[in-house]
Amino acid sequence: MSFPLLTATAALPALGAVATAAVPAAQRTAAKWLALLVSLATLALAVTVLVRFDPDGERYQLTENHAWIRDFGVRYELGVDGIAVALVALTALLIPFIILAGWHDADPLETGSRRWRPTQGFFALILAVEAMVVISFEATDVFVFYIFFEAMLIPMYFLIGGFGDRAHAHGEETAATQRSYAAVKFLLYNLAGGLIMLAAVIGLYVVAGSFSLSEIADARANGTLHMATSTERWLFLGFFFAFAVKAPLWPLHTWLPNAMQEATAPVAVLITAVVDKVGTFAMLRFCLQLFPEASKWATPVVLVLAVISIIYGALLAVGQRDIKRLVAYASISHFGFIIMGVFAMTSQGQSGATLYMVNHGISTAALMLVAGFLISRRGSRLIADYGGVQKVAPVLAGTFLIGGLATLSLPGLAPFVSEFLVLVGTFTRYPVIGIIATFGIVLAALYTLVLYQRTMTGPVKPEVSAMPDLRAREVLVVAPLIVLLIFLGVYPKPVTNIVDPAVKQTLSDVHKKDPRPEVEAAK
Amino acid sequence: MSTTAVHSLWTTAAEPITKIDAPKIEYGQLSPTLIVIGAALVGVLIEAFVPRRSRYYAQVFVSVVALCAAFAAVVALAADGYGTTKAHIAAMGAIAVDGPALFLQGTILLAGLVGLFTFAERRLDPVAHGNRVDSFAAQAASVPGSDSEKAAVRAGFTTTEVFPLLLFAIGGMLIFPAANDLLTLFVALEVLSLPLYLLCALARRKRLMSQEAAVKYFLLGAFASAFTLFGIALLYGYAGSVSYARIAQVVDGTVTDVDPALADTMGNDALLLIGGALLVMGLLFKVGAVPFHMWTPDVYQGAPTPVTGFMAAATKVAAFGALLRLLYVVLPGLRWDWRPVMWAVAIITMLGGAVVAITQTDIKRLLAYSSIAHAGFILAGVIATSKDGVSSVLFYLAGYSFVTIGAFAVVTLVRDAGGEATHLSKWAGLGRRSPLVAAVFAVFLLAFAGIPLTSGFAGKFAVFKAAADGGAVPLVIVGVISSAIAAFFYIRVIVLMFFSEPKPEGPTVAVPSPLTMLAIGMGVATTLVLGIAPQYFLDLAGQAGVFVR
Repeated sequence: MSFPLLTATAALPALGAVATAAVPAAQRTAAKWLALLVSLATLALAVTVLVRFDPDGERYQLTENHAWIRDFGVRYELGVDGIAVALVALTALLIPFIILAGWHDADPLETGSRRWRPTQGFFALILAVEAMVVISFEATDVFVFYIFFEAMLIPMYFLIGGFGDRAHAHGEETAATQRSYAAVKFLLYNLAGGLIMLAAVIGLYVVAGSFSLSEIADARANGTLHMATSTERWLFLGFFFAFAVKAPLWPLHTWLPNAMQEATAPVAVLITAVVDKVGTFAMLRFCLQLFPEASKWATPVVLVLAVISIIYGALLAVGQRDIKRLVAYASISHFGFIIMGVFAMTSQGQSGATLYMVNHGISTAALMLVAGFLISRRGSRLIADYGGVQKVAPVLAGTFLIGGLATLSLPGLAPFVSEFLVLVGTFTRYPVIGIIATFGIVLAALYTLVLYQRTMTGPVKPEVSAMPDLRAREVLVVAPLIVLLIFLGVYPKPVTNIVDPAVKQTLSDVHKKDPRPEVEAAK
Repeated sequence: MSTTAVHSLWTTAAEPITKIDAPKIEYGQLSPTLIVIGAALVGVLIEAFVPRRSRYYAQVFVSVVALCAAFAAVVALAADGYGTTKAHIAAMGAIAVDGPALFLQGTILLAGLVGLFTFAERRLDPVAHGNRVDSFAAQAASVPGSDSEKAAVRAGFTTTEVFPLLLFAIGGMLIFPAANDLLTLFVALEVLSLPLYLLCALARRKRLMSQEAAVKYFLLGAFASAFTLFGIALLYGYAGSVSYARIAQVVDGTVTDVDPALADTMGNDALLLIGGALLVMGLLFKVGAVPFHMWTPDVYQGAPTPVTGFMAAATKVAAFGALLRLLYVVLPGLRWDWRPVMWAVAIITMLGGAVVAITQTDIKRLLAYSSIAHAGFILAGVIATSKDGVSSVLFYLAGYSFVTIGAFAVVTLVRDAGGEATHLSKWAGLGRRSPLVAAVFAVFLLAFAGIPLTSGFAGKFAVFKAAADGGAVPLVIVGVISSAIAAFFYIRVIVLMFFSEPKPEGPTVAVPSPLTMLAIGMGVATTLVLGIAPQYFLDLAGQAGVFVR
């Protein structure tokens, strides 16, 4: 038996979480270093997965398959295709930056009880989330996926509710109340989605008699498994509902602004750049593959919802007064693009969507983490409290600008490529939808540039005048992300090479071909 | 009554008395029950003859040994194949020795053992006048607040009678799911209920509330018993027999040797339907299903917490066992009549328990309503009427009972000057003050909520899968929705413990003896083991899924 690389990628952070949580209360710094080292080691494993993965090889590679719960027909079945590899790599890449950015976020304010160890808990929870996200990207058994898809809510919930921004405009009391409100809202939305999905998971088992993605797909392909149209549609809706809450898709998005606003910036990045990707990934992996006919049936509605997300998210982002809320609404807009790309059912659209997931992860991380550094300096999230920061802290302002430009998909930065692909992929099949979505880009330019203008330019506000520039640790967080944004913007081929074959296979599952070009290009 | 009937009665009575054979009793196969009841009798003798200061140790010793021995006997019987191939009906048709019976008896014995540990805990209450005391009244007979009570407390009395009472209750519970005729069922019901009524009244603190709870439980329980008995009488009128197998035959119409004396009155469907309904009603009362749940919150809140934990776990196991046997062995032929009714009961139980729990402010009441919601989930498995349905219910009960006892054991730890601090507002910020206790309780709550990787999820999945397989998809959807509602109030407690600021005058967490730690540890261990690697236990429950007829 070969080394279970995929299991190791998830098990390492899981064990790291336990070890971090067990570090004695006084050894706070040791816990941080331990968590960072574990996340770096996980990154090394993820890179190994990336290297060992052959884009032109079999569909699912590095597979593992063991009996788990025989009575439920559950097998511990892992395997990665190009899409999963890209997202596992993204997750493993972002976690060290998240840990580094949140280095001081969980230092206890007062010593309190000697057994109360928030720092250890914070980093352990981040690693636990990483483990669960990674395994849900790797699972090729619906039940295994479901278990970790649901279980990751719990550490996430504690991260949102337990740790907030240090200085808060309305005092610690209201901050705690708002935080726990946001955490509960997050949990209830996602739990409700997950439980609806549970009914669909059970239904799928009753219909198909198996949880294995490949078994079900094979059985459907060779006709041994026939799903009635209405059954397939109900099951699709059960799955899609959970993923749409997680993604989040309008009108199920309302938990995200609260959660991102109240969580610390690194946790906010964890939510939107990492955890939410499981939702969009699962649409691609499970909805389309298990229920191809129902997916095609639902496409018009999903596309309309996605376009509403794009425009609505962007419009609300324009109107925000809170920096983190603004980024949250911008993310909703971007998730609209991703979902649109997934359901456009063209290879450009889906490649673009996968690439978008990766790029959005990196660009949001860059923007949000710099915003977090900014907020921690001034102790306020309100845009109106800032002004002229670029004169005082030029590096901070510069990195913030690059993060912002990436968010508005400036050509030359990574998100441009993916957004372009998504729009092209959508336009070939649904021109009207594609055209409306384009307005999202215009609005993106508006909210990003206005944000930059109000916070960074203009006269220096007195409260900001003594603001220190980025520290070495903070530069270390932001610089690599920016380098990646530029690199993938100029040369996206390494990612597209991995993703494209997997997308082709997903499309063939739904029996969709790219529409023929109307006019052959002149040779 | 016709003349022939009178004649046959007359002649039967005139038969010479020598013809009655001594009943054949398989003592070995009944040993689990016999051991427990025997130990309970020894416990009564200990109360009578052993000096007061050594009674506690003697009682705990005897009870622990008896429960362990009885559990060993169950394991030996199961290993001998009595759960599968050698399953049969013992004691002249009164008791079934089969898979479900042995599985449930094992669960009840383990739950009883863990419950016993919480009964025997003597480190939580502050030392009173130089004596260690437990959760039970110093002297049950003394009026609350009276001089005699004060004298009893000063003298350091403890109610060691609780141990034999517990053993009697366990004895009844062992027979209850194994009973194979209606009279045995009724006797078992009373044997398990009466000690519980008493135990409920024995709280050391808040005695009036405890006594009120006991009276309510007793009155409503007596009503339920009366209904049960009336149902039994009607069923006897219908089938001419109290034996499960015989009634089932009459229901199916396969009976051949009808006693001519009874032939005239037998087979009246009105008797069958009314009798069956009354009987099921009595069992649903014990299970705590809506609309027979009214007693649950008051009794759970008023009873001493160790008793509540034991009752919530073991009574539920025993009652569901009896309900399963009744519906699967006696009334399978009536499936089309009882399934719609049970559908309705399951739906209102799930929704009712979950919705009402939201507004609760007392942790014990909250857990009471949660137990009602769980009864609804289990009923969904019962309704499946398949082998999978039985084994999923068995699995659910095993997982649920240990979580329940563990959760109530944690409740006993959180105390302030007035004893246990059960009001939810006092639990605020517990996670900061004692992270470990709060984390353990959070694990239990997550298991109740059915979050994956806990026993609650595996159990819920098993029953819902069985229900969906049996065609009850709407039931699964209602179950999923009420799970979401239920998740809300479990999560609310977690929020309170971890995200609220601790109050300055908040409760403290008592450091328990190894006994309570063991009870809580068992709860956590089963929660995780049944959640992460449930296969072995699912196999066990799967093998035990067939009733002997």
